[in-house]
Amino acid sequence: MTDTTPTNSLFKTSDRTKSRNAAEKRFRVYGIIAIFIGLFMLLVLASTIVLRGTSAFQQTFITLDVELLESKLDKKGNRNIDDIKKVSTFGYNPILVNAVRGSLEKNGIETSLKKKELSGIISKSAPSQLREYVLADVSRIGQTIEFRFLANGWIDGYLKGRYTRESVANSKFASAEQFDLIDELIKVGVVEKKFNLDFILGADASDQRPEASGIGVAVVGSFYMMLVVLLLSLPLGVAASVYLEEFAKKNLFTDLIEITISNLAAVPSIVFGILGLAVFINYVNLPQSTPLVGGLVLTLMTLPTIIISTRASLKSVPPSIRDAALGIGASKMQMVFHHVLPLAAPGIFTGTIIGMAQALGESAPLLLIGMIGYIATNMPANISEGLLAPNSAMPAQIYEWAKRADPAFVERAWGGIIILLIFLLTMNTLAVVLRRKFERRW
Amino acid sequence: MKDQLNSDREASLSNGMPKITAENVNVYYEEVHALKDVSVKIEQNAVTAFIGPSGCGKSTFLRCLNRMNDTIDICKITGRILLENEDIYDAKVDPVQLRAKVGMVFQKPNPFPKSVYDNIAYGPRIHGLASDKSELDDIVEQSLRRAAIWDEVKDRLDAPGTGLSGGQQQRVCIARAIATSPDVLLMDEPCSALDPIATAQVEELIDELRQNFCVVIVTHSMQQAARVSHRTAFFHLGSLVEFGDTEKIFTNPEDPRTESYITGRIG
Amino acid sequence: MSTYGVLGLLFLIAIFGFFFGRIKALSSADGDIKKLHSLPQFYGLNAVFLAFFPPLLVLVIWTFAQSIFVDERIKRELSPWILAEQKNINLVISEVDRLSDGLKVSVELGSLTYQQISAKTVGLGGIENILNASGVFLTDDIQAPILAAARLKFYMETLGNSFRNWLVIIGSIIGLVWALTQAKLNFRARPRVEQMILVLLAAAATLAIFTSVGIVLSMLFEALRFFGMHPWTDFFFGSTWAPSFSAGSELSILPLLWGTLYISFVALLVAVPIGLYAAIYLSEYASRPVRAFAKPLLEVLAGIPTIVYGLFALTTFGPFLRKFFGDGGFLGVEWMSDSRSVITAGVVMGMMLIPFVSSLSDDIINAVPQSLRDGSYGLGATQSETVRNVILPAALPGIIGAILLAASRAIGETMIVVLGAGAVAKFAGNPLEALTTITTRIVSQLTGDLEFDSAETLVAFALGLTLFTITLGLNVLALYIVRRYREQYE
Ligand SMILES: Nc1ncnc2c1ncn2[C@@H]1O[C@H](COP(=O)(O)OP(=O)(O)OP(=O)(O)O)[C@@H](O)[C@H]1O
Ligand SMILES: [Mg+2]
Repeated sequence: MTDTTPTNSLFKTSDRTKSRNAAEKRFRVYGIIAIFIGLFMLLVLASTIVLRGTSAFQQTFITLDVELLESKLDKKGNRNIDDIKKVSTFGYNPILVNAVRGSLEKNGIETSLKKKELSGIISKSAPSQLREYVLADVSRIGQTIEFRFLANGWIDGYLKGRYTRESVANSKFASAEQFDLIDELIKVGVVEKKFNLDFILGADASDQRPEASGIGVAVVGSFYMMLVVLLLSLPLGVAASVYLEEFAKKNLFTDLIEITISNLAAVPSIVFGILGLAVFINYVNLPQSTPLVGGLVLTLMTLPTIIISTRASLKSVPPSIRDAALGIGASKMQMVFHHVLPLAAPGIFTGTIIGMAQALGESAPLLLIGMIGYIATNMPANISEGLLAPNSAMPAQIYEWAKRADPAFVERAWGGIIILLIFLLTMNTLAVVLRRKFERRW
Repeated sequence: MKDQLNSDREASLSNGMPKITAENVNVYYEEVHALKDVSVKIEQNAVTAFIGPSGCGKSTFLRCLNRMNDTIDICKITGRILLENEDIYDAKVDPVQLRAKVGMVFQKPNPFPKSVYDNIAYGPRIHGLASDKSELDDIVEQSLRRAAIWDEVKDRLDAPGTGLSGGQQQRVCIARAIATSPDVLLMDEPCSALDPIATAQVEELIDELRQNFCVVIVTHSMQQAARVSHRTAFFHLGSLVEFGDTEKIFTNPEDPRTESYITGRIG
Repeated sequence: MSTYGVLGLLFLIAIFGFFFGRIKALSSADGDIKKLHSLPQFYGLNAVFLAFFPPLLVLVIWTFAQSIFVDERIKRELSPWILAEQKNINLVISEVDRLSDGLKVSVELGSLTYQQISAKTVGLGGIENILNASGVFLTDDIQAPILAAARLKFYMETLGNSFRNWLVIIGSIIGLVWALTQAKLNFRARPRVEQMILVLLAAAATLAIFTSVGIVLSMLFEALRFFGMHPWTDFFFGSTWAPSFSAGSELSILPLLWGTLYISFVALLVAVPIGLYAAIYLSEYASRPVRAFAKPLLEVLAGIPTIVYGLFALTTFGPFLRKFFGDGGFLGVEWMSDSRSVITAGVVMGMMLIPFVSSLSDDIINAVPQSLRDGSYGLGATQSETVRNVILPAALPGIIGAILLAASRAIGETMIVVLGAGAVAKFAGNPLEALTTITTRIVSQLTGDLEFDSAETLVAFALGLTLFTITLGLNVLALYIVRRYREQYE
């Protein structure tokens, strides 16, 4: 009896099978690698956003006692508001310099810095902040008041590690001596880095003052745009879907509509911007850069998406419900509005929210209708201003910041992205929750 | 005993003019010729049963009687169907009004995903059958009682109709259909989802209903047809093979196809 | 009365109509709704439809038509003067607008009367003073032809608006009365109302067509104006993109098209293999929990706004690449002079497209019937052999459709290339060099301070139209292929 197993035994893997199995393994590994690359990219993106964006929520502040000198602000001394208004922001600079000097004296810090460099550690928005304070109540002149000023963007950059003494060696905006002074001031608690609510709530600032810019007004701009999108695209989308799904006869015309809708859904968003510019602004003469026009453009862009998802949820309502309604003599219209639409509502809302989330993150069309640049400095006062006053929107504001030269704006762009993503995340979570909660299995 | 019952039934028939008259009805689903030249007279205060093998066109014909086929785009109908001498396919006829007069109960129970009360009240509401809430309450209670489901649901009128058992759902659907007080009630295999007890209740109900309505029922159960109906129509491959008194069809059919079907040889 | 006032009045009439129609129908049935043909609210709605929508339509159409008509008329009136004086027509028109608005405000405030304006009793200086007094400030010196035009405009608009308002209100009242006389026992109100609702629904559905037509027409008109100013041969067959402020711009699409296609190609090179392998792994190999975990995470990549990718390309990925390939980088080469480049934009765009390719392919692979797989396994094929030899060939048309859709996305993508690709228009082959794309140029030509009526601005519309045509072609082709593929397994 020999011990050799036959060559075709199942217990022995043939060479061919071995190589085939190796190929199998390789193939599987490729798949795993692909997934890992995808997930890795997501991780890189997420960590970049967090690492680069969170610092935007903190800002360097300088706390100073400011004496509102009568000799500078109201030379005549009669507290006449018209005279005081004549003092421009420029006239407030010496007061700031005095305040810095005073603070240094109080804390026993010596410095060789000149006037200009001393006031340079404070944001360029400080004088107007002071001026507004004074004009609000002229009786404040002559008093000494504690103020918290934003530090200049370069100083803020030093605290956040964006600049070092070496990197500003040739800069005309900041100097190593200023940084030395800041180090001293940090020790005595005059300069400190704190959470900055104004970034979330405030308005954009000119490109000289990155430290003073915020995304709040753009958030409001986005809000008004979304309002327009919601108010238009939900009723229009539902009406169109109901017509196509429940009433339209199959003919050339409805075929044409269907084809158009599925193609519109894939038209590049920038083309909708061109449409908005040519039709809404140049032809209908709607005001440029306004959330109303932005909303109209985004409505046209999201409508196909909403129609497609609405039709899917109408389709998912079982025919037996329709039969039941028709069988007791409900008209088709009553069947749709009493039974089919209410049952499809959760699906419709989910689709609408997802469509709106897409619209919220869209920026390309907004560039063309002029929602970029340094446009809105104030919160809109009421609804009509919210819709009709030039404003930016979150993604357009982020783009605007990304374009500006000062790297301090890049930090703010990433910070803005965090806020944008929080909104998107909330909307998508809402959509998922809605779907989970009301999902019906027939 | 059975003869006794049948002759009772005959006696209670009003032998006036037919409620529904179908003349040369043909139905096409695109290429499928689903009904071929069907002519039938359906009487008032009687139960008419449609029997026949699966796919022979029973449901199709039933759906012609209240124009539910209008909802199927590809469905084409020729011929005439008269409801009390009025052509229901006339252009002037509003199918909605027709369906209020000719109610329908479907094979699969299909309650609305609303409360039991709203299910029943829906028809009366859209047709404006009640002038106030108490009248509506009355209609709901009466309909549920007549459908033999009142005792089971009277304490849960606000519970969703979809939460009931299949048999209960079907009886709610029947109650819903009779709540609009139609003249004719079409029932497409109403008992296929029911247990024997519920089936017996529904059959009892059918017998009671025909006192006021004209009832047409599609069934696959020969026994049921024999039990509840006065007239029976046998369909085969889209044609009406034989139509006549139930007793005669089941005891002495004229057509050999009918005989082989009821004795279980085709179908 | 202002447009809003008329609208408000229409609303009031409609609300009145609803309640009165209802009451009237009920009373015609002695309060017994059982006798009515339809439920009472349908009689009310009938009144709303008749009294509100037709007048609303008139209001909207009239307002648009009037503004176009008046504008044309004013332009015609002023054109000899503009020609003679070499004025800028847009500035003149906006001055006329401002002045006529000022007249309107002053009349509303009562500081001027309609008679004063039409009788021309107040001259130039007088008007200016009165306007200033009512808070309307005119920037430039107003000249006589402008005042005359503004007067004409004011006159036509006032007259037109009052005609319109009367027409609308009388129309609405006629509708109301008509509906009320109909509100009787046997009137078939429900079918009537439902028909009108159906018309509204159908109108909403045709909006899609209007949008498409709007897109094509708006771009076509401006593109034609562009071709009137600039030779079309240069646009389609030239070799240089060099817009200049003075005359003599060279505006050829070809270098832009090259940049667009190059970057899209790089993006697909990243997205297709990764997306496809990911889809295959997820649908054929992955266990349930892995799938439930990885699929939604991958899809997150698709939900991130493109501005995020653009910023990532510009401030993170580009500088990262430069550390290797740039001046003084780790590799000691000088291949990259800017952090914006074909690779920068292409790879980041590829990241964005991965979930797009993978979820489309996933659907398509899942649509391949199990029987095909079983057949292959039954012959002793391994899983990967089944995928490669049976599933992929069967799914191939669908996958090609998905790739075409991804390509159309890549070609139309804007933010990533605006931030990550650069502004150099040339036929360069080095992927580490900056190149520009069609979408980038559209943005820069339309957002600059260029005058709108110049070839340099209008070229954006020709670019847009080309972009639209290319992406539309790709989409139609892709949808066609995918649909054919679906039918195969239905
Ligand atoms: N919506 C439809 N579209 C196309 N053909 C249909 C449609 N409905 C029914 N048919 C066809 O018409 C014929 C008759 O169908 P019908 O539903 O009337 O049969 P039935 O007698 O009710 O059968 P069952 O006892 O199984 O319910 C069948 O051949 C069927 O395929
Ligand atoms: Mg059937």
